[in-house]
Amino acid sequence: MLEKALVGSKKYWAWVFFLGALSIVGGYYYYQQFIYGLGLTGLHRDVTWGLYIGQFTFLVGVAASAVMLVIPYYLHDFKTFGKIVILGEFLAISAVIMCILFIMVDMGQPMRVVNIFLHPTLTAMVFWDTVVLNGYLFINLLVGWVTLGSDRKGIAPPKWIKPWIYLSIPWAISIHTVTAFLYAGIPGRHFWLSAIMAARFLASAFAGGPALLIILALIVRKISKFDAGKEAIQAVGRIVAYAMFANVFFLGLEFFTAFYSGIPGHAHSFLYLYTGLEGHSELVPLMWTSTVFAAISLFMLWVPGIRKNEVLLSLACVMLFISLWIDKGFGLIIGGFVPNPFEEVHTYWPTMPETMITIGVWAIGFLVLTFLYKIAITVREETAGIETEH
Amino acid sequence: MSMDRRQFLKIAGISSVLGLGATAASATHNIWTKGLDPEQADKNKEALIAKRWAMVVDMSKFKTEDDFKKVIDACHLTHNVPDFRNADGSVNKKDEIKWIWEAPYEKAFPGQDNKYMSEHIKDMPFLVACNHCDNPPCVRVCPTKATFKLANGITMQDEHRCIGCRFCMAACPFWSRSFNWRDPHGKNPNGEPFIKNENKEYPTRTKGVVEKCTFCTERLAVGKLPACVEAAPKGGLLFGDLEDPNSEIRKIVTNQYTIRRKPDLGTGPAIYYIVGGSDHA
Repeated sequence: MLEKALVGSKKYWAWVFFLGALSIVGGYYYYQQFIYGLGLTGLHRDVTWGLYIGQFTFLVGVAASAVMLVIPYYLHDFKTFGKIVILGEFLAISAVIMCILFIMVDMGQPMRVVNIFLHPTLTAMVFWDTVVLNGYLFINLLVGWVTLGSDRKGIAPPKWIKPWIYLSIPWAISIHTVTAFLYAGIPGRHFWLSAIMAARFLASAFAGGPALLIILALIVRKISKFDAGKEAIQAVGRIVAYAMFANVFFLGLEFFTAFYSGIPGHAHSFLYLYTGLEGHSELVPLMWTSTVFAAISLFMLWVPGIRKNEVLLSLACVMLFISLWIDKGFGLIIGGFVPNPFEEVHTYWPTMPETMITIGVWAIGFLVLTFLYKIAITVREETAGIETEH
Repeated sequence: MSMDRRQFLKIAGISSVLGLGATAASATHNIWTKGLDPEQADKNKEALIAKRWAMVVDMSKFKTEDDFKKVIDACHLTHNVPDFRNADGSVNKKDEIKWIWEAPYEKAFPGQDNKYMSEHIKDMPFLVACNHCDNPPCVRVCPTKATFKLANGITMQDEHRCIGCRFCMAACPFWSRSFNWRDPHGKNPNGEPFIKNENKEYPTRTKGVVEKCTFCTERLAVGKLPACVEAAPKGGLLFGDLEDPNSEIRKIVTNQYTIRRKPDLGTGPAIYYIVGGSDHA
């Protein structure tokens, strides 16, 4: 099926070359970072993780969100998702690839990462995260490829794939739970030391990932004959609304504990992010943008009349995606480091090379996504009208 | 190549081989990891040995700024800790690496100050470094066992195995760890090398790895006290075996009022502080 990615219109190739060019620019800056060291980023002794780890954390959520389509379709036989489920699985594949790349660009000694497997450390959450992420990549490649291959031949997928599909459900939950455990078990970092972290991660993932999927499905429908279906998109929209409500609720719980308890250490990071601390308010505009976008998008998704209008739905999804990206891809990481364990405020802002590397990794991810979607769309266009039973 | 370096590399090498958990009896109550016994590697007769190395810092013995400087310099020169400077000579905070440094009371012991406390007390300098905790979060989170416990209580760092993920830095509640954001073998804007007088007895590091205080494991192995202890004013830094009921530091910790940093986090810091009198610098 791979050959289907090699045939396309001029517009297709223009898009591929655009993404390819961005990846090459990112690669150039990564080379600079590789030679100089991570000092090329805005990171320092006080804020040791930043944009890269933020992207990683956010994208694990996008990857896990495929389960929001897999559960209704495969467990509840919700036939409406018959077409869109492959878009979710392929989105998960590209998201995991981006996660792995973001971890790689964040390593001080990337040539040594194999040490994680040479000296497996069962107490280290990074070890488990590496295991579950690679496993999830494998499962989704297998399931996506086999089901699409069967579609192409107009036959039902083989029976042996079913256990893999069912396995992908708890596995998806596991990748984001373990990612939350990277943060939620560290003593002395009050902002992260929260039992609701994994639940919050999953809620934001199940809102942000499907929101991106709605946008992608609408784009796919515009540029090809592949239509995921109006009803399917609406159903995903409802999932986004419920998950986003849970996410906002969980964030509210964090605020309650931090401020009602009155323990200064629990409130400091929230104060830094939302009001500024000791004269440092760099992240305040971003965090309030996130808050306002969250409120507006939640309202728009909640009201059926607005959600049913696909233009407004996509607008709501874009706002929601931006809101969660700021909250999880940036604020969550930086907030954990400010103030530092000496209660000093040292701020962080990504540098230009760091930003270009980040854009480069996103470009590679979207390049993979483009190829995968191209294959899926072409197969579906060829078999249009043929309905297969899964 | 001197004995010091050989001993260090021996321990580091053995630790790689036995990385999967040595069975040495641990004097510490660490539920996550068993300590590696350096005496397995080290048959040196003069080596200083202990069941649980620990330190008492008596701040009352530090009178002048120079007392602190001597200690910090001794450590940083011994271990080739690079000195990053800006063009105007100030410390380059972005690249900074430090193993031991001074922090004011209110920062070393956050939450212990109050609003009526004089600025003098709030600003009282304390020497801070890795606490070589009983139950160190850095060791628990390290995905490659590049940081690990020795049976004598020391939290070691293997800069040759470290992949530079910096998880230990996020996990350490004492901010005791530093990362090599760039190659430490370069030069400051004023032309001075980051490592001015390289100590050939001790390895330098490469970019992209984490480093920190190791309680001078390499010196203990050849019968020497840690460099900071030697450089401190008399009685300022006491180093010894906390498990030995007759050791000087055990008597102090038993009989005097000492404090530790963030004891409520349960990491079990092994540096105990005697808070100084008012004759302080």
